[in-house]
Amino acid sequence: MAIDWEHYDTGAGYDELVEAPGRPRAAARPLCRYLGSLTRSEIEERKNAAELAIVTMGITFTVYTEKGGSIDRAWPFDIIPRIIPSHEWTRIETGLKQRVKALNHFIDDVYHRQRIVKAGVFPQELLANSVNFRQECVGVDPPHGVWAHICGTDLVRDRDGAVYVLEDNLRIPSGVSYMLENRLVTKRVFPELFEHYSIRPVDDYPSQLFDMLASLSPRPADSPAIAVLTPGIYNSAYFEHAYLAQQMGAELVEGGDLVVGDDDCVYMRTIEGFARVDVIYRRIDDLYLDPLGFGTDSKIGVPGLLRAWKAGRVALANAPGAGVADDKAVYAFVPKMIDYYLGEEPILPNVPTFLCMNTQEREHVLANLDQLVVKPANGSGGYGMLVGPHATATQRAQFARLIEHDPRNYIAQPTLSLSTVPTLCETGLAPRHVDLRPFILSGSENYVTMGGLTRVALRQGSLVVSSSQGGGSKDTWITDEV
Amino acid sequence: MLSRVAERLYWMGRYLERAEGTARNINVNTHLLLDLPKGTAFGWEPLIFITGGEELFFRHYRDAGQQNALEFMLADPRNPSSIGSSLQQARENLRTLRDVVPREAWEKLNHLHRYANDHYEQAIAGRSRFPFLTQIIDDCQLITGLLTGTMSHDEAYEFVRTGRNLERADMTTRIIDVRSASLLPKHTGDLAPFANIQWMSVLKSLSAYQMYRRQVHVRVSGAEVLRFLFQDAGFPRSVYHCLGEMQQSLNALPRNEVPRRYVVRLKRQVSEAIVQHLAHEGLHEFIDSLQVALGKLHDRIRATYFLTEVPAPKSRSLAA
Repeated sequence: MAIDWEHYDTGAGYDELVEAPGRPRAAARPLCRYLGSLTRSEIEERKNAAELAIVTMGITFTVYTEKGGSIDRAWPFDIIPRIIPSHEWTRIETGLKQRVKALNHFIDDVYHRQRIVKAGVFPQELLANSVNFRQECVGVDPPHGVWAHICGTDLVRDRDGAVYVLEDNLRIPSGVSYMLENRLVTKRVFPELFEHYSIRPVDDYPSQLFDMLASLSPRPADSPAIAVLTPGIYNSAYFEHAYLAQQMGAELVEGGDLVVGDDDCVYMRTIEGFARVDVIYRRIDDLYLDPLGFGTDSKIGVPGLLRAWKAGRVALANAPGAGVADDKAVYAFVPKMIDYYLGEEPILPNVPTFLCMNTQEREHVLANLDQLVVKPANGSGGYGMLVGPHATATQRAQFARLIEHDPRNYIAQPTLSLSTVPTLCETGLAPRHVDLRPFILSGSENYVTMGGLTRVALRQGSLVVSSSQGGGSKDTWITDEV
Repeated sequence: MLSRVAERLYWMGRYLERAEGTARNINVNTHLLLDLPKGTAFGWEPLIFITGGEELFFRHYRDAGQQNALEFMLADPRNPSSIGSSLQQARENLRTLRDVVPREAWEKLNHLHRYANDHYEQAIAGRSRFPFLTQIIDDCQLITGLLTGTMSHDEAYEFVRTGRNLERADMTTRIIDVRSASLLPKHTGDLAPFANIQWMSVLKSLSAYQMYRRQVHVRVSGAEVLRFLFQDAGFPRSVYHCLGEMQQSLNALPRNEVPRRYVVRLKRQVSEAIVQHLAHEGLHEFIDSLQVALGKLHDRIRATYFLTEVPAPKSRSLAA
């Protein structure tokens, strides 16, 4: 027997599959029993089959090289799935819908009357200093009042087993294609498990995405022309852009393919002439979208696109300016938004967050830097972060200065111990930290992916799950009770 | 289909053909140099003229010696028509077309690109030039065959085919131009037997010798070679045949009036040329006019389908 669950040490944290050595959680019991029945070479075989499938299916992400070229790397994947029982998932799903609904209310409010500021619930100075607030978007009414059509919310589980929201990605969240492909690979590798489990399917995402985008069309009577706007082949997420376009049967376009007419409509250049586009799923950041509209020097954007959007002749998903809520200081107020706009209790808790802009909280942060994680409010991808317990005294002193210099731009959170999932490593089976990114679609209706993308930090003890920094991923199963 | 996608397909076809054509040229020139008597050898300079790269060449090299000429035509990234640049461009175009073009073609081109990069030096040094060039030609043919045999013959395919045939027609005129005009010594006299060799080399650089013999049952002569390479309807590298292929491709594409009319006119121009006269004089001028016409055909295809410079539509009436 290659896998001996008696010797699987879950450590001090929460393990998603195993409660204690030799005691798998209820939902994971059939999986653990099955894995335990495989010999070492059978497991190796499954692992190789997965790697082969990934290469054959061409699942890649792009890494840049110093010479300016790029390499397509095979997507790092671990074959042991993460399991969430459906009764637990239902609560998370409801919580995510609630959260994104409140966030959309907030964005719409911010670009209109700013009632939440006037009511004293949300501080004016946070808005005034927001780098993602777009003056150009004030007064715009996107369809259904929705701004963040595609949201990727990162969830983590602490040692107490509670699920927390770590952040909401409202600009151009990526990763959903890997969620879909991970399932296909797992089906190839463990077909027998799918016979014994009742696993909720994930593969209707592209059609849900299509329906959501179609619901935004300014010409609802016609069948809408939908395009995915990509910065191009050298973008690290190009695989996903091409994948989603293909799966939806939409056109994959670059900025140069689109042109805005005097009639404020957006057209694609095709060999048949100009063809109107109704909805653009844009995977280009706000400021690069339109060199005219945002006064930037963008070569990948479409001049006049913002004008067309404001005229209501084309829908953009996500709407420009939606990123105003994608800010770690704004994040701290989401529970209050849920209360203010929906009059509800938040179902999913935030990680407790200290805002350095508030004197009292700042003093607490500065006094406890060795225990906290400090993050810039507008950063992403793990850049410019201080992990207090792992930092040197010099680094902490440096961050103390940064915080005092620009308190609005920093927040601090207690160091969470992310939950783990058994993962096949060089040395055998070992617990590795994971997070979870479900995707929430909002149009005329709401939809949450069944599970999401589980990212795993493949290095021992590491909490960094991002694929550009040595992270991998796992299939995520939402299972019904058997 | 998006104009950008069409344009990339077209250029992929052109660059792939250009890499093959350049390899053919170098190959035959190498052989010819071995056959001709010492002192009459024309060296490598004419070949640089073939590709229209003389200005660029002399900006970077002092003399057109074998080493320089080969480096320029095989590998120099500054030369947009070098085999290296052509393969690189073909690959960059194909890279974004992976959902349109069969995956095997991408893999083969990738492989060829890598092979070429690994072997330029040996090929320039001369040790393995022949097998290297043969490999380039074979692999280009293989990819062309793969596309013909595994890609749906839809609009996407017609753009590859159009690019390929335009480049091929252009390459044929360039080969005839240099071989038959610049290379032929005016006073043939005691060099007469070698004129024959030169016409044969024109045929061979286009893999046309065998087909020519089958088709034309007389000995190799200038006028007959010209007739065959300009006007033969069946030989795939004759200018007339390439134009016919383009006409067929355009027939399958929408809004084809302007470029199609132009191709038809060009075909007539080629078929009405009097090759007996051209063999003696006016060949270079005729070829010049053909190359200009092919350039204009390219402009018409570009203006019709790629639309890069066309301003935004003025009114809704243009909406599809």
